[in-house]
Amino acid sequence: MDTTTERTPIRPFEITEIRRDFPILFREMNGKPMVFLDSAASSQKPRVVMDALVHYYEHLNANVHRGVYKLSQEATDAHERGREVTRDFINAASTKEVLFTRGTTEGINLVAQCYGRQFIKAGDEILISGMEHHSNIVPWQMLAEQTGAVLKVIPVTERGELDMEAFDKLLTERTRFVSIVHISNTLGTINPVKEIIDKAHALDVPVLVDGAQSAQHLAIDVQALDADFFVFSGHKVFGPTGIGILYGKEKWLEAMPPYQGGGEMIKTVTFEKTTYNELPFKYEAGTPDISGSVALGVALEYMQEIDHDAIQAHEQDLLQYATEGLSQIEGIRFVGEAARKASVISFLLEGAHPYDVGTLLDKLGIAVRTGHHCTQPLMDHYGIPGTVRASFALYNNREDVDRLVAGVERAARMLR
Amino acid sequence: MDINQIQDEIIDEFAFFEDWMEKYEYIIDLGKNLPLIDPSKKDEDHLIKGCQSQVWLEAKDQDSTIQFTADSDAVITKGIIALLIRVLSGQKAQDIAETELYFIDKIGLREHLSPTRSNGLVSMVKQMKMYALAFQHKS
Ligand SMILES: Cc1ncc(COP(=O)(O)O)c(C=O)c1O
Repeated sequence: MDTTTERTPIRPFEITEIRRDFPILFREMNGKPMVFLDSAASSQKPRVVMDALVHYYEHLNANVHRGVYKLSQEATDAHERGREVTRDFINAASTKEVLFTRGTTEGINLVAQCYGRQFIKAGDEILISGMEHHSNIVPWQMLAEQTGAVLKVIPVTERGELDMEAFDKLLTERTRFVSIVHISNTLGTINPVKEIIDKAHALDVPVLVDGAQSAQHLAIDVQALDADFFVFSGHKVFGPTGIGILYGKEKWLEAMPPYQGGGEMIKTVTFEKTTYNELPFKYEAGTPDISGSVALGVALEYMQEIDHDAIQAHEQDLLQYATEGLSQIEGIRFVGEAARKASVISFLLEGAHPYDVGTLLDKLGIAVRTGHHCTQPLMDHYGIPGTVRASFALYNNREDVDRLVAGVERAARMLR
Repeated sequence: MDINQIQDEIIDEFAFFEDWMEKYEYIIDLGKNLPLIDPSKKDEDHLIKGCQSQVWLEAKDQDSTIQFTADSDAVITKGIIALLIRVLSGQKAQDIAETELYFIDKIGLREHLSPTRSNGLVSMVKQMKMYALAFQHKS
């Protein structure tokens, strides 16, 4: 199998056809045609991704990187092809810089532990923001506890944007690392990560970008961003669960110690000394999620095939249309009104708990998320228990928005 | 009435509802009308934390029975609490400890008592039974 990818011709964005690629959209939920508005938590999968999983197990299944036989070589080629497609998707310089993980969370933990153990000392400051997912808070807290480093937090404004003036003050010669979310999963805010990276680099501070949400919505170019690390999850970019990506600059990946020890990540092992494998395998101990990497590659190709500007225009249209529709409802309050937003809307109904709204919407066949969305400190900042969150992916349409608006209106009437 | 008689009564009441909408309107009404827990008892000691909604529960023994009062920040949760209280409050400790709550399932609200729902209700029922066990051993 060929391990390089060719640019496939661009497929025009046609919503009816796109929807047909996602069989689950046509199921019912609670006796109603389902409206799925929780793609920020996990996206649905196009048929080609499911086919790739089945095809892998039907035709290619064998362990990778160690077989002399043809089948194992084919499995290895397919696995490494997934890496190459990913490299192309984020425009990394080399596949050496593209590591397979279990997801965003594991990627951040890997960097916190490996970079942290090597380079962070007591009194050093790690800078995150007030809108981070717990996955980009707890690993740094753990590192701070282990090393005596200090966690600093960029505050969030009332509209749900990063307070960049505060950032300028918090970024000092004591700062040793910045870890920041690209798009907030709760607010939808698109953060100015390029500006943050440039400012941090001026002080030689490396930056990790949590791309869990952005990889689904924005065109990612890690070289243009000049990110030191960029992490995302396969299951939010139309791929399977259980696989994720950690991009890291080669200079850091070479300088850091490995994460876990075991097979795959070694060159030679004796009881006296082990030498580590080269990149990217140094960080990939144990048998990888082979079907996952294969199917992730197919998911990313699926996205790359479609005219990206048209996807963005479609999602922005849904965002605007939904915001307009919902704002007609009495007592609605939006949480997160940044100037630059992805297609994520968090809101509250006056006098109604998010759980109640979510329960009634569920009965109407509408899947939204309620609660704190793994961003408890952000909820505390706003003084609210949680929000109702609707998130739109490329396969949602205006009818979905109409159903949401009608559902929220009905819930408002019942709960008032 | 004993616990099972009340459970059966609730099942009969819910049989009249035509659709989920009426059912939820009723539950929401119950939630809105639930006599609130004494505000002084809405503290950390009485809090049962759920990820989605929270519940406060207080138990008092009177003769050999237990009286429950409770509250929640979500009105649907509160409505279901009202039903649980109607079934269990004022009953004998031993009956509460031993009862099987089948009405929730029968009236189609099982999902709200699923351990993965994380609304505090499962823990609340557990807590009610623990109180009952504790009172039983005290007397
Ligand atoms: C911004 C953000 N970061 C991190 C994560 C964690 O991703 P995963 O659970 O796939 O590791 C999520 C997922 O909800 C997220 O939205």
